[in-house]
Amino acid sequence: MIQWLRDLMQSPLAEGTGGAAQDISPPVRVRARQGETLAKQLALVIDLNVCVGCQACVTSCKQWNTSGSAGPLADLNAYGANPTGTFFNRVQTYEAGEFPGTDTIHFPKSCLHCEDAPCVPVCPTGASYKRAEDGIVLVDYDKCIGCKYCAWACPYGARELDEERQVMTKCTLCVDRVYDPLLPEADRQPACVQACPTNARLFGDIKDPESVVSKAIAERGGYQLMPEWNTQPANHYLPRRITAQAKPAEPQ
Amino acid sequence: MHPAFSILFFTTLAGAAQGLLVALALAQITGVATDGNLLVRAVGLGVALLLAGLAASFLHLGHKMRAWRAVLMWRTSWMSREVIVMPAYIALAALWWLVLYTGSDSALARALPWAVVVGALLLWYCTAMIYACLRFIQEWAHWSTVANFTLIGLASGGALACALAASAGEGALLAALAPWTTLATLLAALIRLYSLRRNAALRPVSTLQSATGIQARKLVQKSMGMSAGAFNTREFFHGASQLALRNVRWAFVLGLFVLPLALQLCALTSAATWPWAWAALLQAPALIAERWVFFAQAKHPQNLYYQVVG
Repeated sequence: MIQWLRDLMQSPLAEGTGGAAQDISPPVRVRARQGETLAKQLALVIDLNVCVGCQACVTSCKQWNTSGSAGPLADLNAYGANPTGTFFNRVQTYEAGEFPGTDTIHFPKSCLHCEDAPCVPVCPTGASYKRAEDGIVLVDYDKCIGCKYCAWACPYGARELDEERQVMTKCTLCVDRVYDPLLPEADRQPACVQACPTNARLFGDIKDPESVVSKAIAERGGYQLMPEWNTQPANHYLPRRITAQAKPAEPQ
Repeated sequence: MHPAFSILFFTTLAGAAQGLLVALALAQITGVATDGNLLVRAVGLGVALLLAGLAASFLHLGHKMRAWRAVLMWRTSWMSREVIVMPAYIALAALWWLVLYTGSDSALARALPWAVVVGALLLWYCTAMIYACLRFIQEWAHWSTVANFTLIGLASGGALACALAASAGEGALLAALAPWTTLATLLAALIRLYSLRRNAALRPVSTLQSATGIQARKLVQKSMGMSAGAFNTREFFHGASQLALRNVRWAFVLGLFVLPLALQLCALTSAATWPWAWAALLQAPALIAERWVFFAQAKHPQNLYYQVVG
């Protein structure tokens, strides 16, 4: 049977009219409503002090997601002069300050899983949605029509259209990994977090004040990107702290 | 933003078709004496242009067979609302064509022109709000976007209606439509020139500092994290030089407003009918150029993250 018809028949709406409902627990709502405050919000916290720009998170993300439920992720012209492809995570490099006192800052960037995600309400098909249970923003690849409007509505450039599949793709926070009971407990975190050799990436629930991410944000002054647009990104960054020893001597 | 030709053709073709239908509907509402045959052909042309616009919009989609799903999120998405209103408007226009073709004089035949006018305004609003609702694209998030889409549609459609009336020798229809078309063109020119001025004076709200949270006064990107570009560099940059952008801007101001207005004034002050056809012909490529500039001028804040290859 066609999948959407099956979904419709299994929806709580259909069960309600169909007489005897076998499940007495309230139906689980998958999609968060616009502007809804969620009890749980999974997120990454990225420590700019220790990121060394090794790109291990980029490659491990690509490896996991191209072979997992979000993939395959296209690689066009992979062995040519100008290879291009779909990635959920990029590490950029910035230089701050005036020479000789410059700071080289490696800056990993992926979907920030905004609490008020502007990409979700603009989607005409409902393929883009925010999960009510943990705040992860996802794309249903079977419903996406590839109109690219959600990418226009994301100020961070977090979404990439897969050129081969012609659907919008983005970071899933490794949703197919973090809940997998078949994996050992320690492995139930995003691939990028596991791959980071310097522990620059922390993963957890920012709504739980006792979580490692909440503590890091509180203790280290974690901040959000582009706060001016009120998207309330769930991902936070820990600012670079320059220790007294590392500080360059004042020019005489 | 990268101007996609599918969207350029869709918005300009549909906009001109709406303007044409509005001009014809208003002429019928106000009881301007017209040859029924011309009306049937002109409304038929409007429907054909709308269908061509719809076809162009399909070319924008990665999965065309799933396009029906786009009607589902009308509660939150302006694109969804447009996807509902557009086919409904085509059906409405086609019904009007059928009523005119059969020559009926029922209550329906008298109500349809009103519905065509209201539907056109609704469709312009939905189309423009797709862009105007994106609050961080500062060039678009402004009332002038809605005004521009509506007025440029009215001006181009009116010019088309005048050209058709002039070529068919419909003096009464031309005399009724001509002054309003010139007024619409003038208003469209004023609002568009105002939006160009506003765009030139805009100060970006987002900076590299707010985008990265790195609070150094001097901050430069050294690497965007890839060597040969990605969706982010293809979709959000127009890739043309500043000179090309300026030239296209001049070309559309001339072709869409200055020259057509001169031709229309020449026609209004003399008995000549040839300038109407020339005004409409000039506007056709200029409409595409105007929409191209509309996209190319929009600076997406994500571009802050993609400045230097490395």
